[in-house]
Amino acid sequence: MEIILFKTILVLVLFLISLGIAAYSTYAERKVAAFLQDRIGPDRAGPFGLLQPIADGVKMFLKEEIIPNHSNRWLFILGPCIFMLTALMTSAVIPWGLPLEFDGTKYALQVADINIGVLYIMGVLSVGVYGIMIGGWASNNKYALLGAIRASSQMISYELAMGMSIISILLISDGSLSLSHIVESQKGMNWNVFYQPLGFLIFLICAFAEANRTPFDLPESESELIGGYHTEYSSMKLGLFLFAEYINMFISSTVISCLYFGGYQFPGLAYLSAHLPANVVSIISIGALFTKVFFFIFFFMWVRWTIPRFRYDQLMRLGWQVLLPLSIANMLITGGVITFFNL
Amino acid sequence: MNQLTNRSKVVVHKEMNWIEKLYLPAIFQGLIITIKHLFKKKATLRYPEVTRPFAPVYRGMHVLKRDEQGRENCTACGLCAVSCPAEAITMDAAERKKGEEMLYREEKYAAKYEINMLRCIYCGLCEEACPKDAIYLTDRIVPSDYNRNNFVFGKDVLVEPIDQRIDISKRKKDYSIVN
Repeated sequence: MEIILFKTILVLVLFLISLGIAAYSTYAERKVAAFLQDRIGPDRAGPFGLLQPIADGVKMFLKEEIIPNHSNRWLFILGPCIFMLTALMTSAVIPWGLPLEFDGTKYALQVADINIGVLYIMGVLSVGVYGIMIGGWASNNKYALLGAIRASSQMISYELAMGMSIISILLISDGSLSLSHIVESQKGMNWNVFYQPLGFLIFLICAFAEANRTPFDLPESESELIGGYHTEYSSMKLGLFLFAEYINMFISSTVISCLYFGGYQFPGLAYLSAHLPANVVSIISIGALFTKVFFFIFFFMWVRWTIPRFRYDQLMRLGWQVLLPLSIANMLITGGVITFFNL
Repeated sequence: MNQLTNRSKVVVHKEMNWIEKLYLPAIFQGLIITIKHLFKKKATLRYPEVTRPFAPVYRGMHVLKRDEQGRENCTACGLCAVSCPAEAITMDAAERKKGEEMLYREEKYAAKYEINMLRCIYCGLCEEACPKDAIYLTDRIVPSDYNRNNFVFGKDVLVEPIDQRIDISKRKKDYSIVN
């Protein structure tokens, strides 16, 4: 009974954290953009503009809600809902830290420790494309449809290379797909990124493509598709799309941290857990994970304001002719090394 | 060819080698460049709190000056209206009555003096034409409005209040140097 209560609280907290981080990512994006361009950015709402996300949220809620006459009404509403739902669902299998302890019982900071955690994330992310596709198609608008087509083909192309680079991770972590196991196998500084630098690079590039971030933001390129799949959306339905995108970015950063940078692990964790009470160590480990996550969120933004967008043929060539063969080669080499040296 | 600067670069359309085709070194270079900007001085001025100083020759909203005793300088001679290329200035002249010596400096004064701020091009020719030191352009900014009619400024806005003199010392030309 207690475990259900704990999980419910954890789900609620994760929900709020995801939304909060997404909201403040919009603020951070504008601030980072401004600072990289020698500007100051939003600073009117509250100290340093910290209340800006609230102002933006209120604006989104108060805007007129338009459903185009020729659109498919129910699919039009369903699109952003699916996108948001899948974005929020992915955080279920991520281990957020060492277990908390109350009354001698340990509560794992993970909503569901399923043994196919990585596959679950890949699967749910793929379902997220349906949100974009349905939304873009139901809008009955050329630009929206083009954006949706681009999004789906891009996601499919880059999921392959992403999956291949994940297989290399599985090879070096005893073939377990459970995220908590993968994180636990990277004790101290024994991070996967040092064994899989190429795999990490491929995964990072694919994560950019999956999250529709620059330089892979073709589905919603403002300058050519006037917003892409959310051209016809307004008010909070547009807000859901934009929000879900930032949640996707947050989840991508978390997955990168868990797969390649040891998740909540950091050098000295073993020493700390021997000398400090379990709950304190747990909170420190959560902090370690979020430090990595925030760095990667910053990295996403940093790249966005550095590199221009790919051309569509370049995007496809990179996905199919460069990343996919590279990731297969990476997988083969990893497997070969493990077999020959009996690691 | 004669070069004006030494900054010109020779552009060569050569094939990229395989390291350049990776794009990663170039992307890394770009990332370094952008991160450097994170720590640079910001160009932004937080406007309402901080204002950029105006140049001394800045030409903003007009003022109709009074002399030291608080009497209006303007004699409604109309030279400013004649010199105005945008035809923004109109005025009605009136004769000074007995007992009004403290209000107007000379026997004739402007009963009505209007500048259409939407027509005005802020060239400053009215100021140059004025023989009586009556009109000056100041460093004040014309306030915005929703209504076109409100941009016809009358004497109530243009004449400086007796207790709040407008400083025009920066714009007063020292003709003794020229002559």
